[in-house]
Amino acid sequence: MTVYYTKEHEWLRVEGNVAVVGITAHAANELGEIVFSEARDPGTTVEQGDSVAVVESVKAASDIYAPVTGDVLAFNDALTDDAALINRDPEGEGWIVRMTIADATQLEGLMDHATYTALVG
Amino acid sequence: MTQPLLRTPLYDLHIELGARMVPFAGYDMPVQYPAGVMAEHLHTRGQAGLFDVSHMGQVRIRPRSGNIADAAAALEALVPADIASLKPGRQRYAVFTTDDGGISDDLMVTNMGEWLLLVVNAACKAADFAHVHKALNETCMVEMLDGRALIALQGPAAEAALAALNPAAAAMRFMDVAEMDLAGVNCIVSRSGYTGEDGYEIGMANEGAETVARALLAQPGVAPAGLGARDSLRLEAGLCLYGADIDLTTTPVEGALEWSIQKSRRPGGARAGGYPGARIVADQLGDGTTRRRVGLRAEGRAPVRGGAELFADEAGQVPAGRVTSGAFGPSVGGPVAMGYVAADHMAVGTRLFASVRGRLLPVAVVALPFVPATFKR
Repeated sequence: MTVYYTKEHEWLRVEGNVAVVGITAHAANELGEIVFSEARDPGTTVEQGDSVAVVESVKAASDIYAPVTGDVLAFNDALTDDAALINRDPEGEGWIVRMTIADATQLEGLMDHATYTALVG
Repeated sequence: MTQPLLRTPLYDLHIELGARMVPFAGYDMPVQYPAGVMAEHLHTRGQAGLFDVSHMGQVRIRPRSGNIADAAAALEALVPADIASLKPGRQRYAVFTTDDGGISDDLMVTNMGEWLLLVVNAACKAADFAHVHKALNETCMVEMLDGRALIALQGPAAEAALAALNPAAAAMRFMDVAEMDLAGVNCIVSRSGYTGEDGYEIGMANEGAETVARALLAQPGVAPAGLGARDSLRLEAGLCLYGADIDLTTTPVEGALEWSIQKSRRPGGARAGGYPGARIVADQLGDGTTRRRVGLRAEGRAPVRGGAELFADEAGQVPAGRVTSGAFGPSVGGPVAMGYVAADHMAVGTRLFASVRGRLLPVAVVALPFVPATFKR
């Protein structure tokens, strides 16, 4: 199981040709209590760097950018009634969106765990 | 053009308490402490939150004649509120109007017996001071009280906490103002605030601010709260944020602030008009306005934030207005917002649609506030 990280503080777990995407514990902590999240509709094609989802804290809305190009498969329905799950388990049950990986070579531009950890100190 | 951020006298305390500091109106201010915005908000409604609002402007107006009535009359040339009838030791909300009937800031005015104290918004304070100084300099000495701090203690536990430092605090009623010693520091205390809760705002010389803040934080139920919670609290209380819900383009009547224009200043009153834009405001008091500030409650869970366009129809063809403030309301447990809507759509219960990320989300026009006020009247 390979997990990649972005400089936007998102993580991407590779499951075959599918990516499970969420925000890192660092990002969840920075945002504070998350009160709402939603993703683009399933079937939507997003380019790497496009907004694929949003998380909202009490204070503000933050875009989640697609770490790779692909098609949205599903939003994590558990977040509909309990967006704070992202705070409690950001890199596990609090995943946000599943999407296809159109071009696996894009993964090479992402960070591994050690590099990301060094980035956020 | 980056200028170094100003610090309030409580800066070191904020850092010690683990605050996350952000730039706000030129100051480095605590947006939240480790508890977080949600917890600080709920703690303030349940017990008491302590806020540093020292960035706000405090202006002293002293009548050159020595007669406070002269200062009150002079200030009435700038605001539609009744200042002449404001008794010593009492405070009142007011707005500075422009010749167009717009609002250049909102403020609190206190009759301190021999002088008037204004508390104005941080972002407006230089302009406000210039405005007041220019208009009143002939009759009054107008001073910016740069050396003074301001702390807000808000919530149901505020009375007991402040009374522990000085029992006189408990006897005060909503909008009373009194000078009193707190932890050995001479303070000006008003029973008012910006959260919809009972509570106090406490002004003192900068040097005494940390002493008072620490003495209050040592009281049962008192916890620090940042600007994040202050914003969600005031929104739930239906209170305007200057620059968002009211500004130069909104009149007091459009802003649903008629209550800040007492009878004496309205048409037919003893001192009707006499403030900038009075004719426009008087006409609107009589005839109503084409738009008005209302409360908005989203049907779903997605927060509808300031700037969102409002439509009368699900297809988004008929514009109905715009959201000016919106957030998740922790005490309401859902999204709350305020905005301006056209007269046809401002009745409570009207269903509108807010444009959020390209979708039209249903919202209902609701009465303000979202959370009932608990003032000690």
